[in-house]
Amino acid sequence: MRGNKAAQLVISILVLLAGLASIIISLIIDILRINFSFRGGMLVLGIVLFFMGLYFIPTQKHHKAIINVIFLFPLLFCFAVTVIIPFGLGLFYSTTDWNGIRMTGFVGLKNYTEMFKDPSFLWSLIITVVFVIINMIAVNVIGLCLAVLCTSKIRAVGFFRAAYFIPNLIGGIVLGYIWQFIFNNVVLKWTFEAFGYNSSMLSKYNTGFFAIVLVYIWQYAGYIMMIYITGLTTVPTDVIEASAIDGANAVQTFFRIKLPMIASTITICTFLTLQSAFKQFDVNMALTNGTGSVQNFMGQYLSNGTQMLALNIYNTAITKNNYAMGQAKAVLFFIILSIVSILQVRISNKREVEM
Amino acid sequence: MVKKLTPLGIIIRLIFLVIAIYVLFPFALVVINVFRSANDIVANPVSVSGMSLTKLHNNLVSVINNSNFSFWSAFMTSAVVTIVSLVLLALFGGMAAWVITRNKTNWSTFIYMTFIASMIIPFQVVMLPLISTFRDVGKFLGISMLQSFPGIIFAYLGFGGAMTVFILTGFIKTVPFELEEAASIDGCSPERIYFNIILPLLKPPVVTVTILNGMWIWNDYLLPSLMLGHNGKVKTLPVAVQAFVGSYVKQWDLILTAALLAIIPMIILFLFAQKQIMGGLVDGAIKS
Repeated sequence: MRGNKAAQLVISILVLLAGLASIIISLIIDILRINFSFRGGMLVLGIVLFFMGLYFIPTQKHHKAIINVIFLFPLLFCFAVTVIIPFGLGLFYSTTDWNGIRMTGFVGLKNYTEMFKDPSFLWSLIITVVFVIINMIAVNVIGLCLAVLCTSKIRAVGFFRAAYFIPNLIGGIVLGYIWQFIFNNVVLKWTFEAFGYNSSMLSKYNTGFFAIVLVYIWQYAGYIMMIYITGLTTVPTDVIEASAIDGANAVQTFFRIKLPMIASTITICTFLTLQSAFKQFDVNMALTNGTGSVQNFMGQYLSNGTQMLALNIYNTAITKNNYAMGQAKAVLFFIILSIVSILQVRISNKREVEM
Repeated sequence: MVKKLTPLGIIIRLIFLVIAIYVLFPFALVVINVFRSANDIVANPVSVSGMSLTKLHNNLVSVINNSNFSFWSAFMTSAVVTIVSLVLLALFGGMAAWVITRNKTNWSTFIYMTFIASMIIPFQVVMLPLISTFRDVGKFLGISMLQSFPGIIFAYLGFGGAMTVFILTGFIKTVPFELEEAASIDGCSPERIYFNIILPLLKPPVVTVTILNGMWIWNDYLLPSLMLGHNGKVKTLPVAVQAFVGSYVKQWDLILTAALLAIIPMIILFLFAQKQIMGGLVDGAIKS
């Protein structure tokens, strides 16, 4: 028995060391820039061997700690490499003249001050705020109305729920193109036949913006409806019965009883619509790609009449190849989103208590 | 039991129907127009004239064999990326969530808080450095991280990790600790406790997490478009649709056929797992 354990210890340490050696050798190859195509595989194999060795070390005392490390490592590693490190780098790059590949020097807060002198960015900021406000109200009101409809006792209500929910299953890019077809062909035909108006909704910035709002509501209201339905069904029936006995009509029951009781659901839904409307990208890109001319905004002609913030960031960095500026805009985007989200949750929590 | 329809009842039913038509109209339009030719569509987009199976066949053949779209390869890419990411997220996420919940120490709280705080970070802030980091790391280590399956799956593990851990820790907290204590006294090792006792109990939250992550990964456009590119060999469905539309600006018969092909897998899945999908999405929203 003791001999067995010693053998296991020796083997596991050997495996562990082999793993370590494999990692180190592959890293040395990397540093020396030798073009050896198996070096990546060697590194991965090294890591696996290292953890295998670690796992088979016969120890009662430290086994739990070893398991903790092995269990946490994969996800934490991916998370650190894809989120934490790029986030830190992003904050850093926003103060430099980074061009997506390398940087030559710091520019301090110049990127940040510069972007506020750019009318097209300010325009994007403003229409994003307008878009978020319109949608926070419209999607929630429509979602709630749909939820009330879909909790009434009508046959085939399940079918309607599913039908209203379907747009939410499909990605924004595909939806955007389907709607582009509708606006550029179907709606155009209708408006032409009705008013002789022969240009697409999407070609003007104001109607184009309205089109994005329409598509967004179409896509998102069904999802918000489902959450409200869940909220409405948790309202206890005895409370509603009691109010009915007290002589409350349906409207009174809704505004005085149901609405206050689903206050937490309203908080969730406004938070969700705020987040998703603010980050709106796919539909914006597929539907108008940010085009639409604005004749005079702050004394300048703009060609990005329907371009919202997320798309503005993307275009600044990828299309115009101005990575540092795009990154600075993204950091500002993050700051605004965090402040607004925290404020929204604070205010809603206060209201919930009051209700 | 036959109830008489009141005027109000009729109005409510009408409202239901009108909204349903508005919601389903775009889909109906797509389905009708894939049976028609480009000229018919431009002449009158809302009409059934000129519908025929041969036109559907022509449209399908030219879309599926198109080199910018290559449906089957895009479909397989999307399926592999989504499924592998989901399995690994559930596996690694569950393991991490279990360690975080069952160790009440400073470092576990710190890790948990980092995960939660990261959920507010929008993708736009990390996307540019992410691509350059992946490019540099890939070159340095000799593992191609861009335009490859391992790279994009790795990225989805990182981005999906926070929400997965958040939902799973919430559930593991409700699992009685006595269960694990008893097993531990009987001489069960921690890894066996996790895989034999905890993991089977995790089924409901894992379904929720899988649906939330699955919908997002399958439909995601920005991350794959940046990581895989529009001209690369590996393309997911949304990227393929974008690349296809870019090359056929006004060929609506083909564009709508491509859109239909991109939609169909999700609709079929929804028909089979409607309750789970709707429940999962709502559950996830309420918890987070």
